[in-house]
Amino acid sequence: MLKTEQVASLPAAHPAPAARRRRSGEWWIEQLIRGAGLSTIVIIGLIFLFLLREGLPAFVRISPLNLLGVRWYPIEELYGLLPLLVGSLLVTVGAVVIAVPLGLITAIYLGEIAPLWQRELLKPLIEVLAGIPSIVLGFLGWVALAPLVQQAGAPTGLTAFTGALILAYMSLPTIISISEDALYAVPKEYRDAALAIGATEWQTIWRVVVPAARSGIVIATVLGIGRAIGETMAVMMVTGNAANIPALATGMFFQPVRTMTATIAAEMGEVAQGSLHYQALFAIGIVLFLLTFAINSLASMLIGGGKQQRSNQL
Amino acid sequence: MLIFALAACSPAAESASAAAPSPQRVIQNKGSDTLVNLALAWAEAYRQVNPDLLIAVTGGGSGTGIASLINRTVDIANVSRHIKEAEIAAAHANGVEPTEFIVAIDALAIVVNLANPVSELTIDQLSAIFTGQVDNWKEVGGNDAPIILLSRETNSGTHVYFLEEVVRKGDPESKAIFAPDTLLMPSSVGITSEIRRNPNAIGYDGLGYVDPAHEKLIAVAAEAGLPYVMPTVATGMDGSYPIARPLYMYTAGQPAGAVAEYLNWIQGPQGQQIVAELGFVPLAAP
Repeated sequence: MLKTEQVASLPAAHPAPAARRRRSGEWWIEQLIRGAGLSTIVIIGLIFLFLLREGLPAFVRISPLNLLGVRWYPIEELYGLLPLLVGSLLVTVGAVVIAVPLGLITAIYLGEIAPLWQRELLKPLIEVLAGIPSIVLGFLGWVALAPLVQQAGAPTGLTAFTGALILAYMSLPTIISISEDALYAVPKEYRDAALAIGATEWQTIWRVVVPAARSGIVIATVLGIGRAIGETMAVMMVTGNAANIPALATGMFFQPVRTMTATIAAEMGEVAQGSLHYQALFAIGIVLFLLTFAINSLASMLIGGGKQQRSNQL
Repeated sequence: MLIFALAACSPAAESASAAAPSPQRVIQNKGSDTLVNLALAWAEAYRQVNPDLLIAVTGGGSGTGIASLINRTVDIANVSRHIKEAEIAAAHANGVEPTEFIVAIDALAIVVNLANPVSELTIDQLSAIFTGQVDNWKEVGGNDAPIILLSRETNSGTHVYFLEEVVRKGDPESKAIFAPDTLLMPSSVGITSEIRRNPNAIGYDGLGYVDPAHEKLIAVAAEAGLPYVMPTVATGMDGSYPIARPLYMYTAGQPAGAVAEYLNWIQGPQGQQIVAELGFVPLAAP
């Protein structure tokens, strides 16, 4: 009697409905997670395919001589990418030259020198800086910064330098937080050892801690570049958008420039789909995509190299 | 297939809304930034004529307005230049027949900073300035200072009009274009604010957007030897000011119903009164 009851209650051949439900639920969740993970790759692939489909015809239909020309004037079918490339590079290089030293010094101060209460005050404030919408910074640059740049002697306040300043402040939070993480990751023994053999605090920071965190600082720089080169609205408001290649001279940063991103944003609304101009704008998109892709690859290469270095040092 | 279904049900939807007790229709109106303030003033005043009609006005540039008309997302496109051949072709390809209405006349004012001593220029001089052949104010009677050129973006109807009538002096064979260091501003406000703070800047803007208290207007002569004329409503109307152009509204096909009534009202005395109030040039004395 007892035995038969036990046998009947065992889910031998057919699993109980509850268990089956659980198992199929798990299967669905697994698929969902896998789908979420893979969707990024699929979406990036689709974006690139779309860019290629819309932009590649431009490289065929527009003569290479035109594409490499020095004039961008779509009304006359002049599609020289050079001034836009130079514009983006000038603004980005300017931003990096300003932001990296400033960000690194801030990170050193926060991580190595500042007392705890200051650090607790400054870190959230830096995060607030990261949260300011780019259009607000652009407006600030246009209203407040541009007149200052003009007063400083530039022919107009809307210059590559103005854009670089705004972009520098936009990439600062990234650079500061990543550099600070890198400094934080340097083992405490390094500092103790340096101080023990008689190095001053400054010598410890400059000769020991910063070189040990070098790879992290380089990554911070590269990510800052990535942030700067893709920015659109703020740059469009303050750089003057003149598709001009400034003459190689000390004043070249104080000339108006037109970046690739601003060109796409300013002209996309007007073009007829499938026209030469439309394809040329997507061609700029391809160039921009390849540039950021190269920058990101450089960053991941450096991250890989960084780990090796750290273990070698130890 | 889907397009077919939509086309089939749109007349039905229209007659249904007409049969409703309080027919509230929305007119979508988009395009030229030159026209946007005028279009807003018209839309506001028309609320009193027909309170049940909503008119949604947006800017974005003449090209944007025509593109929207071709894509059938607006009822009326505001355009500050004549429609281009390519745009007509694109419209026909999409089954749209653009119909043109002249709604006002705009005199394009040449503006400089209040501190600039130059007050008169010929079209030839303007062309030389904007193509970069003349790049110092002293060559046209001003201070020894570089000329900073300001223009609207290339998607602006004002840009195209200025290119054709001033930079190329109305010569359709001319291939002259703006100097590469011309600053392209995304908006009219961008031009006026730079003019106000930069003593060496020169730009152009619709007469309705210029404030003589903060910007200096330049008197323009069609040729050397001819009289220099200040841009005003009067000189725009009698044609003596050389840089004046008609402003257009375009509809898809012949307008009917509320859109037709609205356009009629705009071209009538009440609409043209508003044109004069905003500093544009009315079609006929209101």
